[in-house]
Amino acid sequence: MKIEEVENEIIEEFEMFDDWMQRYEHLIDLGKSMPLIEDKYKTEDKLIKGCQSQVWMHSELKEGKIVYTADSDAIITKGMVALMIRVLSNHSPQEIIDAKLDFIEKVGLTKHLSPTRSNGLVSMIKQMKLDALAYKTKN
Amino acid sequence: MTESKTIKNPRIDIQKIRADFPILSKKVNGRNLIYFDNGATAQKPKLVIDAISNYYENQNANVHRGVHTLSQEITVAYENARTTIQKHINAAHAHEIIFTKGTTDSINLVASSFGRKFISKGDEILISAMEHHSNILPWQQVCEENGAILKVIPINENGELIISEYKRLLTDKTKIVAITHISNTLGTINNVGELIALAHVKNIPVLVDGAQAVPHTSVDVQLLSADFYVFSAHKVFGPTGVGILYGKEKWLNELPPYQVGGGTIKTVTFEKTEYADLPLKFEAGTPHIEGGIGLAAAIDYINEIGIKNIAAYEHELLVYATEALLKIEGLKIIGSAKEKASVISFVVDGLHPFDIGTILDQLGIAVRTGHHCTQPLMNFYSIPGTIRASFAFYNTKEEIDVFIEGLMKAIKMLR
Repeated sequence: MKIEEVENEIIEEFEMFDDWMQRYEHLIDLGKSMPLIEDKYKTEDKLIKGCQSQVWMHSELKEGKIVYTADSDAIITKGMVALMIRVLSNHSPQEIIDAKLDFIEKVGLTKHLSPTRSNGLVSMIKQMKLDALAYKTKN
Repeated sequence: MTESKTIKNPRIDIQKIRADFPILSKKVNGRNLIYFDNGATAQKPKLVIDAISNYYENQNANVHRGVHTLSQEITVAYENARTTIQKHINAAHAHEIIFTKGTTDSINLVASSFGRKFISKGDEILISAMEHHSNILPWQQVCEENGAILKVIPINENGELIISEYKRLLTDKTKIVAITHISNTLGTINNVGELIALAHVKNIPVLVDGAQAVPHTSVDVQLLSADFYVFSAHKVFGPTGVGILYGKEKWLNELPPYQVGGGTIKTVTFEKTEYADLPLKFEAGTPHIEGGIGLAAAIDYINEIGIKNIAAYEHELLVYATEALLKIEGLKIIGSAKEKASVISFVVDGLHPFDIGTILDQLGIAVRTGHHCTQPLMNFYSIPGTIRASFAFYNTKEEIDVFIEGLMKAIKMLR
């Protein structure tokens, strides 16, 4: 599935919810069900520090596609991280670099991307793209 | 209003007060705004907003500069503002009141000027474990630059200073003590009068960070005998970007200027500058004129309500909220000092403060989450952060009820 297709799938998923509570409950469920990052990768150099919550992220290149794993100490952040991984993981570096990630706005979670929220999500997206750029340059 | 929720103190007319603050009728995420982040910044009454508008509509001119009427009138208004602040904290002289950019700026001024003149290698600066970063970093900087040592008064589990340790840390090497009046994270009210008296026995001057105190208690700098007392306008229902440094005349005269430039001088040649007398020596450049005037308007406003009435009312809110919070399973209040201001920090077992804050925000409830610029304090309690509700005199018990209900909802969602 292309990145845009996954984004559309998520948008449809969130359209089913009537109110913010259901959207957040879904996000919390996603956070709870996200496969955890291996403990050996939960190190200082994998840590993306936010003012409020923190994210650990690890990436690997498997058969030309990047696989991301991550964790966060806050469950809502973790839900957001799970969404980002679902969208970007298992794609080529170039696809990830080009991804616009419009879905965040469309599912009504834009406020988590404002710099004042400082939950590490903005830095995480940047790091995901930087990793993609690094893998692309390496190959 | 049910009878149990009626505030005993009849001197606070809550409906009238709430009507004075336009922002309180705002909706956030479709809900009535409940603003419990007063420790970060307080809301502004209409008359402060009007004072600022009026300044730009009718009074705008530069102070201390011109012979023309507008300049003279605004200079008088600005100096009257200084006098209002002087009286409010009972300083001996108006020129002991220095307008700054805020608490942080005031502390930086003292740290920098005091450090340059009085701190050298091996000297000690004494702060406490509950300081805001703004009352740690400027001193850390002075220590790094001058080879001095930063010493820290420890606290107990309740979040109170350990006085015996404080006494032990006051030595011949101690050059200055910098301490908060009220902790922004724990709400602890320090007995600064006692702390100052103990330091003065050894002739050590004391700077008090009053950022959280001035909005909630009456402060008498002469009674306290504080050498420096600093606070911000925006936490006292005034404008942002302006604050106060009170200093005893003797100290302010001894300190070298901090920033220099227009307004701070008597005469300038390329060889030598003779600096102006207090307070202008410390007020380089065009000041935040409407800020000073707005702050004076805010102080007049709180004095009309009465700071003692405010303190009594807020104490009732504190007790009411504390009792309700303690009924929630798995909730722990961080900071249980005997003397406490209307600030409650807490954590909930297994839940991250950020998550709870996010859900509360969806419900229109503004609280602060995180480390509150007191990371060493978070390390002391081994927590990543807290949720902090801080009340002002325009908050109500009904709002606390909605907050508690929202909190329970958040906990249920997140568990």
